[in-house]
Amino acid sequence: MSLLEARDVTKRFSGITALDDVSLTVEDGEAVGLIGPNGAGKTTFFNCLLGLLKPEAGEVLFDGKDITRYPVYRRARLGFARTFQRIELFTGMTVRDHLLVAERARLGTGRFWKDVLNLSKPTVDENERTDRTLTLLGLEDVAESPVEALSLGRARLVEVGRALMTEPKLLLLDEPSSGLDAHETESLAETLRAVQAERGTAVLLVEHDVEFVRSFSTRLSVLDFGHLIAAGPTADVLADDAVRRAYLGERV
Amino acid sequence: MQELIRYVILGIPVGCVFALVAVSLVLTYKTSGVFNLAFGAQAFLAAAVYYDVHVRHGWPIIPAFVFVVFVISPLLGFVLDRGVFRYLRGVSPIAKLVSALGLAVALPQIIQIWLGPGQAFGITGIWWDDNALYRFFGDYTLDGRQMAILVSTVVAVLALVALFRWTAIGLQMRAVVESPRLTELAGVNADRSSSAAWMLSSAMAGLAGVLLAPFSASLNVGDFTTLLVSAIAAAAFARLTNIPMALLGGILLGIAQQLLAGYLPPASLIAKDLKPSMPFVVLFLLLLFWPGLRNRREVTDPLSGADPPPPSLASASRSAMLTRSTHIFGVVFVAFMVYVILFRADAFWLSLLTGTLVYSVIFLSITVITGMGGQISLCQVTFAAIGGFTTAQLATAVGLNVLVGMLAGAVLAAAVGALLAIPVLRLAGIYLSLATLAFALMFENVLVPVGWIGGGIKRVNVPRPIIGPFDLSNNKSFFVFCLIVLVLVSMLVIFVRRGTTGHYLDALRGSETAAQSIGINPAKAKIVAFALSAGIAGLGGGLLSMKNGIANPDDFRFELGFVFVVVVVSTAARTVEGAINAGAAFTILPVILSDWLGVSSTWAFILFGLGAIQYARHPEGTLEAGKRQSLAFFQRQYDRLAARRARSAPDQSGDGQSPSPSQPLAVKS
Repeated sequence: MSLLEARDVTKRFSGITALDDVSLTVEDGEAVGLIGPNGAGKTTFFNCLLGLLKPEAGEVLFDGKDITRYPVYRRARLGFARTFQRIELFTGMTVRDHLLVAERARLGTGRFWKDVLNLSKPTVDENERTDRTLTLLGLEDVAESPVEALSLGRARLVEVGRALMTEPKLLLLDEPSSGLDAHETESLAETLRAVQAERGTAVLLVEHDVEFVRSFSTRLSVLDFGHLIAAGPTADVLADDAVRRAYLGERV
Repeated sequence: MQELIRYVILGIPVGCVFALVAVSLVLTYKTSGVFNLAFGAQAFLAAAVYYDVHVRHGWPIIPAFVFVVFVISPLLGFVLDRGVFRYLRGVSPIAKLVSALGLAVALPQIIQIWLGPGQAFGITGIWWDDNALYRFFGDYTLDGRQMAILVSTVVAVLALVALFRWTAIGLQMRAVVESPRLTELAGVNADRSSSAAWMLSSAMAGLAGVLLAPFSASLNVGDFTTLLVSAIAAAAFARLTNIPMALLGGILLGIAQQLLAGYLPPASLIAKDLKPSMPFVVLFLLLLFWPGLRNRREVTDPLSGADPPPPSLASASRSAMLTRSTHIFGVVFVAFMVYVILFRADAFWLSLLTGTLVYSVIFLSITVITGMGGQISLCQVTFAAIGGFTTAQLATAVGLNVLVGMLAGAVLAAAVGALLAIPVLRLAGIYLSLATLAFALMFENVLVPVGWIGGGIKRVNVPRPIIGPFDLSNNKSFFVFCLIVLVLVSMLVIFVRRGTTGHYLDALRGSETAAQSIGINPAKAKIVAFALSAGIAGLGGGLLSMKNGIANPDDFRFELGFVFVVVVVSTAARTVEGAINAGAAFTILPVILSDWLGVSSTWAFILFGLGAIQYARHPEGTLEAGKRQSLAFFQRQYDRLAARRARSAPDQSGDGQSPSPSQPLAVKS
């Protein structure tokens, strides 16, 4: 049984078929890439997986459970976590608070009556876990500063950290390299590899940067105009003629 | 059948006035993103000026009409655009709403002062003879006032259609709606088209005011509030975007009102209470059930991501040393004040300052829902009313201990708040605020007159409790009691804000999508915020009725809901001190104005309103902005002092004498 299984997902926007019978699986602990030119339907597919969009047909299974109708936050509690193409952080909150909120949301330990009795200060245990994630991502020096002060590259790491604090089984990365320069992209990839090695989290990566994908994922799917045109081991797919035509723009 | 036709024909003229205002609401909402709650006030202004020139100064109808509709009203629109709304493009929908609210509070008061005391009687219409009768289809008659409405509406609508279809400025106005900044990049002066839209809609509001005025015996603001709410219902019917639908909605509403009046038995409770409140009921039902309004987001600017984030609270950016010294100063100041109040102040000031404490409690409910939850609720006064009436009825009619009654009132208010939140939270931003407004109006018009709730004509008395050795009918004891309640509620708010609930709400305000993506249930968090806020307001309402010894519906009028929001956001919506300062301002400022300065105490409302208009520039509240500036000053002095000390003791600089541990203050100019 796969960790994530999308079966024949179809999504239409008033006549335009953005996704046409797209299927994809991610196994436990595996890193899978999803590429495609602009407008191929990558983000639409992503949003269908996350529950931000409701697909017209097809189903999404997670750990064998049909979650097609689940609201976003319930999927998160099952073990979905994500980062955003355009940074979505909580303005006004510090980096540490971002991680703490995610930790509380995962465990559901934030109870209103605890707030009322002023019992919701971070526990030793919670502090330890946030510290560990901060160290893993190299964010210790900015732990107490508000997120507005961070560069784009580090802000994205905060997103990764927030996602990791929910202890996901599957991490969905939506174009993590967008807006980063070559150096930042390289160090992000390195950090992500370290995270994957340490936690064994499965990753689904939607990405433009072919080098990033090549270095990171073992399997690869390619979308073009809402159709899945190739899927398989990364090296094979990148060598495929149809993929080269559609995506890499090469004449073969 | 004949009856039916008669009611329909009677309903159309009034419906046309609703339609005119609805169309201008949609127009300004589309061109500026501002949902102008001040339209009633603008129509009121036009009617007042028309009354002044036509009745008091005896101008003939045509010059008076032209002066009001084509000079004064567009001028007002121009001034409002130049002075206020132009600066609101690109700010949050809430900031826009608050500015309009400020105007809706300030403008009628200014007009009232200008009109002078006494009633403005005998205003006549723009038809040459108001009482001339015109026959339609045989027996159905309309008088001059109604004919004037029909003709004006047709002309106005044709003019609007022509403007949007065939003129350049009309096209530009439509483009500005989509994205003002992108339109500007395309070489269009967005400011100019925004001015044009405001002048146009203001003229329409003026027309509506002049047309409606002769229908009531004397000018009063209440008529124009009903006009505004009816128009909002028509605009909601049009989903705030479709002008022909807004027109249709207005007319249908006018007809429905006449039908209801005609067919319901005139003596029944429903006829008496429901007829005037029908627009409110319709608005509420429309907001909840009209498809397409649900989860609809406001017009958003694609470039809004380029805006800088809102500034953080002043307290978040000062050093520990400064925090400690301000805290010590605060405690000393409060202790001194309590001493003065208990042992030096006279009865008048004691009562006034008790009022400050009570209103501070009520205002803390706005700190929760607006400052933490990020929603503008216009029915906080209704929750206070629920608390007040419950306390009164349980104590007087049921005979329970009044303290138990007060707690029951708070719990009931919280329950109503949670119940209201469940359907209302499917709406976003402005729609949520409108639904709370409709709820407040429904409560006031339908439930408050009921004997076992608001007490009907006779007011319900509220006794003061006796706690152990303290009889709270002693005003000094009651002051201390209110102080304790305020401290407890303040602690509650601070704890919740610091705790998980506060963090969840912060996260949801920051990014709802991201908050959901880590497993936060947005509906649950917001329902908690709504219920907590309603509960606090209910407690404050109970306290208020206890202070006054009576549960008086006049203390809980829905207009006060506007004023409450305006007062709190114009001081500081996010902090507990802000709510307390707002409580002080709300109770003490009118007294200072009337007793010390000798001007009308309504100026207080005007000042609050003008303060709220500043909200867009200082979304954290004007007081908070001032505080941040003065804190920045003190912080600089402190840093300089620390630096000098570090220089004069160079041998110690190795162990922690570094200039300042604080971060630089982020002062936005």
